[in-house]
Amino acid sequence: MSINIQTSLNKSSSSSVTEHSNGNYAVEARRLHVYYGSFLAVNDISLQIETQKITAIIGPSGCGKSTVLRAFNRMNDLVPIARTEGEVLFHGQNIYAQDIDPVEVRKRVGMVFQKPNPFPKSIYENIAWGARINGFKGNKSEMEELVVESLKDAALWDEVHDKLQQSGLSLSGGQQQRLCIARAIAVKPDIILMDEPCSALDPISTLKIEELMRDLCKNYSIIIVTHNMQQAARVSDFTAFLTLDENRAGILMEYGQTNQIFMNPREKVTEDYITGRFG
Amino acid sequence: MSLQENQPLYQSNLNTRHRRGKIWRTVFIISTVLAIISLVVLLVTIIDDSFGYAAISYKIPLSEIAPAGVPLESLTCAELIPILEENVSPNRFRQIQSEKPFEEWSQQECYETVVYEVGQPKAEETWSLFYSIRYADELKAYVAQKYPEGELIFKQWLNIDFVTQPQSKDPLIAGIRTAILGSLYIIAIVIIVAFPIGIAAAIYLEEYASQSRVHRIIQTNINNLAGVPSIIYGMLGLAFFVRVLEPLTSGYVFGYSSEATANGRTILSAGLTLALLILPVVIINSQEAIKAVPNSLREASYGMGATKWQTIWNHVIPNALPGILTGTILSVSRAFGETAPLIVVGASTFVTFNPDSIFSKFTTIPIQIYQWTARPQDAYKNIAAAAIIVLLVILITLNAAAILLRNRYSRRLS
Repeated sequence: MSINIQTSLNKSSSSSVTEHSNGNYAVEARRLHVYYGSFLAVNDISLQIETQKITAIIGPSGCGKSTVLRAFNRMNDLVPIARTEGEVLFHGQNIYAQDIDPVEVRKRVGMVFQKPNPFPKSIYENIAWGARINGFKGNKSEMEELVVESLKDAALWDEVHDKLQQSGLSLSGGQQQRLCIARAIAVKPDIILMDEPCSALDPISTLKIEELMRDLCKNYSIIIVTHNMQQAARVSDFTAFLTLDENRAGILMEYGQTNQIFMNPREKVTEDYITGRFG
Repeated sequence: MSLQENQPLYQSNLNTRHRRGKIWRTVFIISTVLAIISLVVLLVTIIDDSFGYAAISYKIPLSEIAPAGVPLESLTCAELIPILEENVSPNRFRQIQSEKPFEEWSQQECYETVVYEVGQPKAEETWSLFYSIRYADELKAYVAQKYPEGELIFKQWLNIDFVTQPQSKDPLIAGIRTAILGSLYIIAIVIIVAFPIGIAAAIYLEEYASQSRVHRIIQTNINNLAGVPSIIYGMLGLAFFVRVLEPLTSGYVFGYSSEATANGRTILSAGLTLALLILPVVIINSQEAIKAVPNSLREASYGMGATKWQTIWNHVIPNALPGILTGTILSVSRAFGETAPLIVVGASTFVTFNPDSIFSKFTTIPIQIYQWTARPQDAYKNIAAAAIIVLLVILITLNAAAILLRNRYSRRLS
């Protein structure tokens, strides 16, 4: 098994180093290692995320899916004991380089979380706040325009247009999650990271979010972590399958087009996981 | 019963489980009732002492002040003022006039002044409210026999004059205005000092400080400081604010000087001492409130590209504020009722002038209560009880205002 992994990794990392200057990819992880204290949680993962596509990260619990996702916008920095090695290239720059400010990274790489977490402010403020703290210079009407546009892009406008001053917490779970998406796209990121965005939602809300993702990927590159394999199959263009090595560290088992991963996986482990025989 | 199933490894113990729950419920009810009873007893005792009969004797009997046969209270001001002038010293007369010109006096004021200045009443004995009601007739007979020239009056020790008048040696006219003002001044300083420092320290410890050994030592010390007896803080205040920082706390460095120099035993020293006293509690409460802010909110903020400070200022503090306020309100109430450290810091026991700045001498309501309860005469016990009621009313008012403010704020938040 370890030999298999080695070959797949070698293939991907060697090709990326030589052929691509990252320009074609939205973001790219190179030989990413993440430690929590002395525990290695993500072991040597290299992954190229295609621009304006949806990439799903799937894998069993504890395989480091969320950690990999959070490495793309340096959210792991918030965990005091977390340490990251390797590179994450974004517009040709390693976001873990000394002179890169994680705050700037997070503005360019937005994030939607597992549990809807709108701010306890009005719907309007939920969206305006992010723009404002990031130095939005427009006047009041331009700000209103931005709010309306973001809500429309997040397919929430029709439901909330008459109650923009109500608290974001007064919305239903699915609406809250779309508000979080609206909030994220209001600051015009290049990439949106989604960490199991539908796991707390009912099927209808989930469907809405999935449709929304298909719309959004015309303008944004989306990376989604999901436990739900049907969701990954339905919504994503590319799928990365992570699993655990013998030291319980997360490794990239297989990465490719979603069709190929689900129809014709190269690895036995992938097939077992997808068909429900493992994990 | 009909639902009961027959499983060999399970015994039917539903009744026992329910009974256990009921027993505990009874225990909780009893505890609550005990707490309520003790509060009621406290209140009843205080109110009992705040009202009741008092036997008043006069140096010059009232019947002898007025011209023969005419009751004193039927005289007009024009008639009463000459009586006053005749019977008090010229100095005292001028003093009374300078406080308020006679032209502005009402008949009631004239009468009361004459009774007080000429008759010079003295509270010989006092009785509590319930005793007064129960044994009214016996008391009348007793007083008539023991103080033939005196009278038995039903005295409301707690009245408007009590709140608005300054202190006096005479319990009949003593008030607690100066003590109320002293307390309010001091509590203002406590809030201004302890609130921002406490919150700032809590924010640093929760949001910035790394989990190191030093951090743990600091945390342990703060927790311990919260349990240090208040008198220790009084000694600290005496040594540091009163002695070491005397030029500062008595206002010399600011060019403030007063004839009644307080030598550092000022409102400022007292306020700073009490601020130190409640600081650990404010810090601990604020830390708890900050800890209670869900991490998902911080992540949401960081995920939008907010800096640490933007996250703290826009999300952590607003969401922690109701909790911080709850803790702070409680600790400020504690500071309001503190006595021991203020005695050590040097509270004056007799202040008849309003504090005019933070560099004034001070007394507070609890200090007054303490002073009065320590005296042997009956009447002091009554005005101490009245002062306790004033203290409680002010506390309830302050707390209610703070809680209303907090609730309005948290409603706006959700």
